[in-house]
Parts: sequence; C-alpha cells; structure tokens
Amino acid sequence: MTRTFLGMPATAPRGVGHLRGDESFPVAARRGLADPQLRRNLGHATGTIRAKSAAVIGELPDWAQLRAAGRAIKTDTMARLPELLEQLEAAVTRAGGTVHWAADAVEANRIVTDLVRGTGAERVMKVKSMATQEIGLNEALAEAGIEAVETDLAELIVQLGDDRPSHILVPAIHRNRAEVREIFLRAMPGVDPALSDEPAALAAAARRHLRETFLSTRVAVSGANFAVAETGTLAVVESEGNGRMCLTLPETLITVMGIEKVVPTWRDLEVFLQLLPRASTGERMNPYTSMWTGITPGDGPQVFHLVLLDNGRSAVLADPVGRAALHCIRCSACLNVCPVYERAGGHAYGSVYPGPIGAVLSPQLTGVADNASLPYASSLCGACYDACPVMIDIPSILVHLRGQAPHPRAERATMAAAAYTMDRPVLYAAAQRAAKLSRLAGRRGRGLPPPLSGWTASRDLPQPPPESFRQWWASR
Amino acid sequence: MSRELILGRLRAALGAPRPAPADPPRAYRGAGALAVDLDVLVDRLTDYRATVHRCGDADIARVVDQVLGGRQVVVPPELPRRWLPDSVRAVPDDDLPAARIAALDGVVTAAAVAVAETGTVVLDGAPDQGRRIITLLPDVHVCVLRTDQVVATVPDAVARLDPHRPLTWISGPSATSDIELNRVEGVHGPRNLHVIIVA
Amino acid sequence: MVAGPVVATALGTILVPARAGTDGWWRMRVALFVTCLADTLFPRAAVATVRLLERLGHEVVFPEGQSCCGQMHVNTGYPDQAVPLVRRHVRTFAPYDVVVAPSGSCVGSVRHQHAMVARRAGDERLAARAEDVAGRTWELSEFLVDVLGVTDVGAYYPRRVTYHPTCHSLRMLRVGDRPVRLLRAVRGLELVELPQAEQCCGFGGTFAVKNADTSTAMLADKMRHVLATGADVCAAGDASCLMHIGGGLSRLRAGVRTVHLAEILAATEGSETSGQRRRTEVGG
Repeated sequence: MTRTFLGMPATAPRGVGHLRGDESFPVAARRGLADPQLRRNLGHATGTIRAKSAAVIGELPDWAQLRAAGRAIKTDTMARLPELLEQLEAAVTRAGGTVHWAADAVEANRIVTDLVRGTGAERVMKVKSMATQEIGLNEALAEAGIEAVETDLAELIVQLGDDRPSHILVPAIHRNRAEVREIFLRAMPGVDPALSDEPAALAAAARRHLRETFLSTRVAVSGANFAVAETGTLAVVESEGNGRMCLTLPETLITVMGIEKVVPTWRDLEVFLQLLPRASTGERMNPYTSMWTGITPGDGPQVFHLVLLDNGRSAVLADPVGRAALHCIRCSACLNVCPVYERAGGHAYGSVYPGPIGAVLSPQLTGVADNASLPYASSLCGACYDACPVMIDIPSILVHLRGQAPHPRAERATMAAAAYTMDRPVLYAAAQRAAKLSRLAGRRGRGLPPPLSGWTASRDLPQPPPESFRQWWASR
Repeated sequence: MSRELILGRLRAALGAPRPAPADPPRAYRGAGALAVDLDVLVDRLTDYRATVHRCGDADIARVVDQVLGGRQVVVPPELPRRWLPDSVRAVPDDDLPAARIAALDGVVTAAAVAVAETGTVVLDGAPDQGRRIITLLPDVHVCVLRTDQVVATVPDAVARLDPHRPLTWISGPSATSDIELNRVEGVHGPRNLHVIIVA
Repeated sequence: MVAGPVVATALGTILVPARAGTDGWWRMRVALFVTCLADTLFPRAAVATVRLLERLGHEVVFPEGQSCCGQMHVNTGYPDQAVPLVRRHVRTFAPYDVVVAPSGSCVGSVRHQHAMVARRAGDERLAARAEDVAGRTWELSEFLVDVLGVTDVGAYYPRRVTYHPTCHSLRMLRVGDRPVRLLRAVRGLELVELPQAEQCCGFGGTFAVKNADTSTAMLADKMRHVLATGADVCAAGDASCLMHIGGGLSRLRAGVRTVHLAEILAATEGSETSGQRRRTEVGG
C-alpha cells in the first residue's frame, strides 16, 4: 500500500472510473473513422449545433465581454479554491445540507453508496452528471446491489443500448433517430411496437417509460453545473425536466460535484447563465435551470448531501499552465467545432471527457503518461479556443502537455538531430541538397518507412525543387 | 480526514506565493443597462413554443378558461381566486401527494421574474407560485406575469432574485436536443406552457 | 528623425521606418524570413515573395543565418530543443525593422511561441528580444494590406481560384479577409468560395503522421470541398497546408493545383507564373 502524504496534489487512481482508455487515440480512432453512419451522424449533429450556436451568440452585442468575465471569474476562483470550498461548505451546512469530501473516485463511490444504503433504497435515479460518470458510480452502486436509472434521454439511450457516452452534452450523439428507435424497441419494456423514428415520438416514449420511476424513487443522484460559495446555492442546467424531477420529487438528494465547479458569488451566475446555454445547445436559455440552497422545508428533498470530489483536480491545479482546463463549464462547444472529434468520434478518446477539452483534462487528471496519446489528438487548428465560452486556450495547453508526454526514442533522436542541423548553417544547407535524394525513396516517397509512411499512405510527397531558395538567392 | 487532505493538496498545488486574486472585469451589459421591451419577451417566448396571451387584469379568468376550461388544475395556496373561472376545477395544493398532482390536467401560478432577452420565466416558490412539484407534473402550465415583473436581461433577473429560495428558471416547455441535436418539445416537464402577460 | 507609416498591430500602434519614394509611397528595407519549408521544398513561393516586394518598390534582404522557427519542435513536445532555434532566429532578425514571411504558421510561431519557449527556459532577456522581433514580423498579406496599405498589387492571373484560409492565419494571426481582398484585386482571377473553408485541412505538423488516419479523413473532406468549387487552383498562404492538400490532390490525380498566395500576387501578364507554362507538380 502506498502512503498518501498530506498535502501532495494527486492524480486520479487507476482501476476505477472512466478516465483511461484501453487503446491509444490513433488506434481507437480507426473504428470511428471507418464507420460511415457515425461520420454522417456526427457531421450532421455538430453542423446543426454550430449553426444554432452561432446564431444566438450573434444576438448578444457583449459576447466578448461575457467571455472575458467568465475567464476572469474562473481564474480568480482557482486562485482561491481552498477558501471558496470552505465558504461553500459553511453556507450549505447552514442551509441544512451535509457536505462530504472525496479525495478520489473510490472514496466518492463509497460515500454515495453508504448514503444510499442508509436510506434503505435499492434504486436511485440520476440526472446526467459527468462527475459520476468519471468515477464509475453506476458500477459501484450495482456492486452494492443498487440500481441506478439514468433519466436524461441521451443517457437513457446509452444505458438501454449498453453503449458508452461519446459527447459531454449529448452522450448519444453518435446515434441517429433510426438507431434510437431500434434501441427503444429492443430494450424499453412495454414500448409501443409501432413506435416511429420521429424525435417527438421517441421523446414521448421516454416520458412514458420514466414517469413511474420519477414518482416512486426515493433517492436521486445529481451533478452540479455551479455552486455559489457565497450563498451555498447549487444550480443544475437542463432541458427535459428530468433534472427537475430528480431535484424535486425524492426524499433524499445526493449531489456529486467536482471541486472546480464552485463560483465565488451569486452575481457570477449572471455571466455563466448567459455563456453556457448559447455555447452549449445554441439556445438563448435552456428550458429548465434549477437552483437550490440546502433544504427548503415543505418543498423538495428534505435530506441533501453534497459530495465534493477531487480525483486528480488538485494535480491539475498544480500546473500553472494546465490549470485553466479546470475552468471548463462542460458546454461541449469545443467538441462541436473540432474537426478531429467530428471524424473520430467521442469513443476514440477513451475517457468520459472527449474532444479538445478531454484531450487536456483527462491526461492531467490521470497523469500524462496514462493518456499519453491524447495531447497529440489535435491538429492545433484553434477552433476550440475560439468557441470556448470561458476562453480556455486549449491549443496552448495541448502543446504544453506534449512537452510532458513520454516520447518514442526514435522520434527523440530525430528531433534532436533536426534541431542540431537547423542550428548549423553549413549542415543545414547540406541537408537541403540531400533532400533531393528523397527521390530515391520511390516516386513521391512511396516506400518510406514508418512513421513517414503515415504520410505517404494517402498523400504524395512534394517533388524536391532543382534548387533551394538560398541557392537561388546566392546565384542572383 | 479527506477534507484536510484535499484542502492541503489544493494549497500545495497553488504554491507560494499564491496567484493573485483579481476582480473580474464586468464590461458586459449589467443589471439596469437595458430598457424592458415586452415585444422582445413575447417574441422569445413564442420562438420557444410557449403560447403568449396579453390581457388586462379583469380578463385573466377568461384566458384561463380558454386554456383550461373544463379541466382539473392544481393551484398554489395563495393564487388570486379571481384568476380562476368557474369552468376550472381548482385543487389547492395542501401538500398533495405526487401521484395526485400527476393525475391533474394543469397548473396555474404567478411568477417572480421574467427575462425578456431569453424568454425566461422564473418561479421562486412564493405562496402564489407554490411548491416546485406542482409546476412539474401536470402537462399544462399557465403562468400569470405582471409587466412590472419583466426585466430585460439575465443580470437584471439575478439582481432581483433571492438565492435562498428554490428557483426554477423556465424557458418554454420541456424539450430535448438529444436526438440529432434538434430541439423537440415535450419530454418530462409540462409539454404546454402558456404565459399570460397582464398589462 | 525616423519616418514611415504608422501601423496598428496586435501589440499596439507602431511606426515602421521607411523612406518616402518620389511617387509619394513609402519604401522599405524588408528582411525575408523565408521559413525552412519554403526554402527547402517550395522556393517558388519565396522567390515570388521577393519579386512581388521588389516590384512594389521595396528592397529585400535575406539574412543568411536564418533556419527554422522551431515550431515543429515546440508542437511535437520538444520545447527545450527549440531554444537554440529561437535564439538563432532572434539574433538573425534583430537588426531589421521589417521582417516578412510567406507563412501564417511560422509568423504565428514567432508571435505566440518564441517568448514562451524562452521564458520556459528561464531566459527572460531572450523572451524580451523575441517579443521585440515578433512585433516587427508580418505575414505577407498582413504586410501588404496593413503596413503597405495596398490591396491591388498589379497582378494578373487568369485562373479560377479557391482560397483555403489556413488555421494559423485565420485563428492565430487573425488575418481575416486580407488575402481575399488581395485576390479579388488580381486581374483575370475568378475567385470561388470554398465551402466550409475554415475547417482545418488535417495537416497539423506531426499530427499528419502521428494521427495519419484522422488527418487523412480531414483531408478527404477538404479535397471534396475544393473539387466541388470547380477551381483550377487551390491557393493558401502557407506552404505546409498546401503541401498537405496538394499531396492529396496529386495522389488522386485530381487535376487541381495548389499555389501559394505569393505566387499569384507576383504573377503579371506574360510572366512565368501567370500562364499555363507552369509545371503542374505540387512542389518545386
């Protein structure tokens, strides 16, 4: 057993939760790339959301100022994180809630499982929550004999389809309406066999299917979009009303929240409630946002537990460049604009956090060695940075993390040789003349060894010119 | 104990000297920056498939009759009785069980605040709005809004609301974008939202 | 007393030293930052840059000590190895008032990475000098439009052309519509809009090799859009992206050429680069 030294930032433990994939990104991406239906579904869905989002962002004359404010609030939050969490704990406790601290996924799962056991319930209903997916809470509950029912439509599609989520906001984005219909017909008890594939009909089927669950389940587990340190107020932003059901109907509510979700003041919500829906679903405002502060006598759950989760976040905070990844408000705008995500799909990232933000967050939560291919899963095109409502400079963090990734020995040698040559003009000029020899590698370089064959498999090499520019210049 | 462990880790992560805390720039349109435009509210509500009615105070009951006449509705304890026509069978919420509320056709409430720019109505659990559950289970929600409750922007609403009350921000009927990212109205919450704006 | 045009840059408004020509236009001494890729594999883009600037009445010099900006090292995860390259770049270009490169990506590296690389290595003095050089370094279309104030450079290029904006020009340098304004002013040129132009072509430096499959999928869509325009020529301001798109089009025998923006702007009636006599190869 390893000893944990008090106060040392720690990464998320192995063997629990869903932050590490079984394969490297380039290998895992091949499946998505080879699936024409997935490519079509993702292309259609991300194209739709990009257009919607651009339209409603265009309506706001102060979008740039809101983004700047969002970034500044998050930067300030991280600088004061320990104090803000203590303030939040005090405010929630004052309002009748109970606060728990979970150092990692194992402890968070144990806390939630014990709390559910304490109620005697054998079933919990869940609002979509990235934090509970990250820690593998459903599996932990199942081991304890507790059934977890996902109530978000996309989560339900994933759960019924025995599938994995592939998007932060819309976990079933890789499924189209025909596939959703097939999953419902196969796995939803009592579903109308004449169910059509109209999204409205599919939504209605989910409404019928979950109604009884909502009315009879005594414990709910949620995540949180925001928690206000000043007041102890928690906020869940959603669309369908399943969140309201889970936050209102049960006797006991357990909220699992990453520690970075805290914001300093009530007023700060005026920024994030404008940024999040427009960047996320492309709406001026999402249909439902619920806010609660502890317990309200006579209204809603009368027992409220808040679980504050570290699970590697302290390690992210320890990196002055990388810590901006903690600013993420989980809108998924970066996924929707990412050309790599759009083609490879969310499963290629291995972690519950896919896309550009996943490529900077997952390696930091686990330690870069455990997700070494993710910082390279980007062409650094910069679309994510432009789309991010809190201005996280994802490309710069990717580059920063590449500097920490373990490098293949041959690559390291090549890079060193290149740098050596480039810094010596005589060698450099000689290397340029030698470039012509690449013609010997076969027409257009076909027949080159790996990794260069990765280029020539689908692209010709340029024909080396008769002379370099500097030769031309010298002979002018 | 994990509390001290985590706080210790975070303090170590930030190191010394700490990154300096700073007041965020708030150059965006804050509370009071914009005048209220009721037409914007109507436009945004309608855009998200809410049905908007505009009438005088004396006509509220007539509009409720149009929407819910002949139906059974749950009402919060202090809903003004004059808003309810005789054609509606009102069931006051005196801690009704969930199954009973789910069996009712509709709900009539007041509101706390409405945001014009986003087409949002906010409920804060005051006695004329009631418990959160009553606006959740019935399929039709009729929400009566006074024009002085309408603000222009989200910052205006945040400034007016009390965070210590349970708040529900409602923008159109229940909806989902989970299938091909197309917005579809009607999932778990009320599938019909009527907003009566009272001049 | 130093004279010259006053130009707004990302770092503020600066005066660019120049002398007034007899025609009333400013004349400058421009240090060409050729970039290692154009120097080695695409000299034609660099030669075109020289000819264009000289045609516009400016003196072009080529500081011999230059090599590579180090972007490949930084972006592949070897920032330490980039330090000598940054030092070399700064030493080479520090003596010049105006540095111009026919590459959005390499200028992006100079502006957004050099000081960071120096700071990471603990060399504050180098970082300050790098920022100073970066403040006097322009991508070609920026230099023409912002510093020289021209959009019509007197070019003639009778072809159907579509323009790929390249990610680093677009999102790192924010060159906006400058290249398109330059192209619109070229006589004989028919500019056709590229669908989903702002999407990356999939190059991304070593990304094209490390994630060859994903890169190829991105390239396939880019080529589909290029071919849909019916253009003879796909133009861009970066030899790297052109090498990628051109390599794909060449493999497909698509019959569409990739040409650097500088080559189009340098072309004049009867010149070698304006007509059909050009080789249809990707490179050289």
